[in-house]
Amino acid sequence: MGLLDQRFENGNVFITTADNLLNWARLSSMWPMQFGLACCAIEMMATGASHYDLDRFGIFFRGTPRQADVMIVAGTVTLKMASRIKTLYDQMAEPRYVLSMGSCSNCGGPYWEHGYHVLKGVDRVVPVDVYVPGCPPRPEALMEGLMKLQDKIRRESLVKPAPLPHAAADRA
Amino acid sequence: MLSDFGQVLVFFLLGIVFVAAGLAFAWLIRPHRPYPSKLTSYECGEEPLGNTRGRFNIRFYVVTLIFLIFDVEVVFLFPWATVYKSLGWFAYVEMLVFLGILFVGYAYVWRKGDLDWDRPAPLLPRYEKGVGVREEALAEEELSLS
Repeated sequence: MGLLDQRFENGNVFITTADNLLNWARLSSMWPMQFGLACCAIEMMATGASHYDLDRFGIFFRGTPRQADVMIVAGTVTLKMASRIKTLYDQMAEPRYVLSMGSCSNCGGPYWEHGYHVLKGVDRVVPVDVYVPGCPPRPEALMEGLMKLQDKIRRESLVKPAPLPHAAADRA
Repeated sequence: MLSDFGQVLVFFLLGIVFVAAGLAFAWLIRPHRPYPSKLTSYECGEEPLGNTRGRFNIRFYVVTLIFLIFDVEVVFLFPWATVYKSLGWFAYVEMLVFLGILFVGYAYVWRKGDLDWDRPAPLLPRYEKGVGVREEALAEEELSLS
């Protein structure tokens, strides 16, 4: 169905109010998928545990992509893992977001030149919303990345997105 | 006025309405953009192999049954252990009898060989012609020489 899914040509007061409600609901319950790839995952676990306590943002790890909204790619994405990450991303329900955590998943990190087995950035297989720099990023950095993602969700709209300039040019 | 079970019925109906309304509302407003890769079964990111309703070997049945018996035994043991002192000797002997019966059953199962895990002995194809037989013969020859 998707009655409210980018069906509207332009916004009015009802649509913006519905936007606010939906965005508030989505950004208040961003459930990440529970998986870690390398040492960044240790920082991610620390962020989720009592000392930094991601629960207060409504963020709480789920064990299956069907129930997850956010994929935190925490660590080195090897070529072997890249196809799995693609599959897992495909299996997540929409709306879904990807947070790339740490240098390895941002751009290959220390493996950027001689790492024959490392994907040079997870954005080559899945669309990334937020990049968190660091090697590994501290829990505060990961939390800031999640808050940036919340800001991004807060600006979402039910209005149909304008076509990209080159697409419009192609159609003309 | 509602009877006690009438209240249970009301709770039951409200539960159904609550869940159904939630699902229906989500069905109305959620994004709906399916594609084949999204609809595959979740197998920890691996390519799904075969059917989700896979078959297990029938021999697990005996193991499950024996596990269930001792599981239930432990379930009975816990409440008995909490009020053991106030129940006195009678409960102690009763529990010994109960455990004894289960133990006899366990010994019986063991004696009958139901706990033995029969390894399958599949019939491997044996080649009558070609290179396989000769290599096998050579290997046997080597074995007998050494």
